[in-house]
Amino acid sequence: MKNPVIPRTVLEARNLSIHYGDSAAVSGVSLKIPEREVLAIIGPSGCGKSTLLRSFNRMNDFIDSCRFEGELLFEGVNIYGPNIDPVELRQRIGMVFQRPNPFPKSIRANITWAPRMAGYLGDYDELVERTLREAALWDESKDKLDKSALSLSGGQQQRLCIARSLAMSPEVLLMDEPCSALDPIATGKIEELIRGLREQYTVVIVTHNLQQAGRISDRTAFMYQGDLIEIDQTDRLFTQPAKKKTEDYITGRFG
Amino acid sequence: MNRSQHFQDRFTQRHRKDRLFKSLTKVAMSIGFIALAILLTGILIEGLPWLSWDFLDRYPSRTPSKAGFKAAFWGSLWVIGLTTLMTVPIGVAGAVYLEEYSAKGRFAKFIELLISNLAGVPSILYGMLGLIAFVRMFQPTTDPTTFLGIQVPFGRSVLAGTCTLSLLVLPVLTIASREALKAVPDSLRLAAFGLGATRWQCVRHHVLPSAAPGILTGVVLSISRALGETAPLVMMGALTYVAFTPSTVYDPFTAMPIQIFNWASRPQPEFQSVAAAGIIVLLAVLLGMNAVVVLLRNRAERSKAA
Repeated sequence: MKNPVIPRTVLEARNLSIHYGDSAAVSGVSLKIPEREVLAIIGPSGCGKSTLLRSFNRMNDFIDSCRFEGELLFEGVNIYGPNIDPVELRQRIGMVFQRPNPFPKSIRANITWAPRMAGYLGDYDELVERTLREAALWDESKDKLDKSALSLSGGQQQRLCIARSLAMSPEVLLMDEPCSALDPIATGKIEELIRGLREQYTVVIVTHNLQQAGRISDRTAFMYQGDLIEIDQTDRLFTQPAKKKTEDYITGRFG
Repeated sequence: MNRSQHFQDRFTQRHRKDRLFKSLTKVAMSIGFIALAILLTGILIEGLPWLSWDFLDRYPSRTPSKAGFKAAFWGSLWVIGLTTLMTVPIGVAGAVYLEEYSAKGRFAKFIELLISNLAGVPSILYGMLGLIAFVRMFQPTTDPTTFLGIQVPFGRSVLAGTCTLSLLVLPVLTIASREALKAVPDSLRLAAFGLGATRWQCVRHHVLPSAAPGILTGVVLSISRALGETAPLVMMGALTYVAFTPSTVYDPFTAMPIQIFNWASRPQPEFQSVAAAGIIVLLAVLLGMNAVVVLLRNRAERSKAA
């Protein structure tokens, strides 16, 4: 990907370490994520990629044993510093989870709930249509907006969850293996959607699927046992990895 | 491949065990059902002839044919209604605090242990507590004075009975509500938090509606328990012979189980039948209240699925 001007850094980790009790999940990771980039994080199970992702919008706060060292800057401000309201942070950094988790309410209510809680002043019908269009779900759902979200298929539910996140107009969208519970067709639709999101959003996606990382991301980070081994332009990382571990992993020698 | 080399073929034994266990569970179910059926039939045969609308509109009497259930019926409705109003908010809110807000540390474990123990304390002890704490308020007499617009001590009043029964069923309701909250999948909470919701917004709009059917089951159990309790009310001094219905929370009262006990302990055989009629009314009220809660629960479940 070509970037005509030097892009602004949105998220930056400085020597970030995360522990669960005594075991380190992430150790000493430093990276910068520029605006409107799709960054894929790959690595074997348990390498700390999901933990790292969840730390970007403080979802690790809900795990009692989780300890945090180093700095994480969002727009230059340490999000683990004092005076940071995690509620506000999560409105600006949205999250899509591994398994689709729509609310057991109507499709419309799934999208309007969070904006309503946050006091959204715009037009709600317009919001529903716009976000469903952005998530490529409008045509399939426009006639049943008041039906339960649980009546949708798994792939549709996941796109609804993406639409729901977009309704908060986040600056960054975090995705934790968003396709791992979906079939290839649904996965294809979500990948297409992510490629489109790059126009407006910064996306960080954790994935087990290397081809997927190759298809959708500008840069890819490879993590192994809590360490950030390598981060580079996606095509370069997959064709000429700098580190032996990366090469072993992407050629399927372990992991 | 020769399957018999790798598997022991014991189909006959395995199926026999399956059938045996099915019969055992059936027997276990039948024991409960038959006992209940016998009990109910006996009571219906004995009590039905004495049952009439008039029975609900008369005060107790020395003559069995003139004895009525009015005071006990209304006394119970007052106490149970107020107990429900008092316990449901406190019990559910307490459970929400323990399950959603408090840190899951040793202190929470300790509180959990205390609540489980409280649920097992014999009800007569709650009666003694009610007598000292609410009826007398740690004073030798029950001469009432007014304090901040409230009449204290409560004396042998509806209010004292309500407070006593509330303490009795709070642990039951809290435990049931906590279990219901625990059963709500975390993915729902994370979805809400991930969108920038506060804990209260998440609880109010997602966790509580999902837990509502389970919480309502807890409500059924606790109200039923409160409605059937006799010992604590007798202990705290609810009256046994009452010829009026309460009109304020400071009025003395009696309750259905007390009146039934009173009739059943009389020597005249006719009073046994009057007691049976009283039991039928008590059961009808119990069924009616449970039906209302079950309807609410079904509605909550439907809105969850919709």
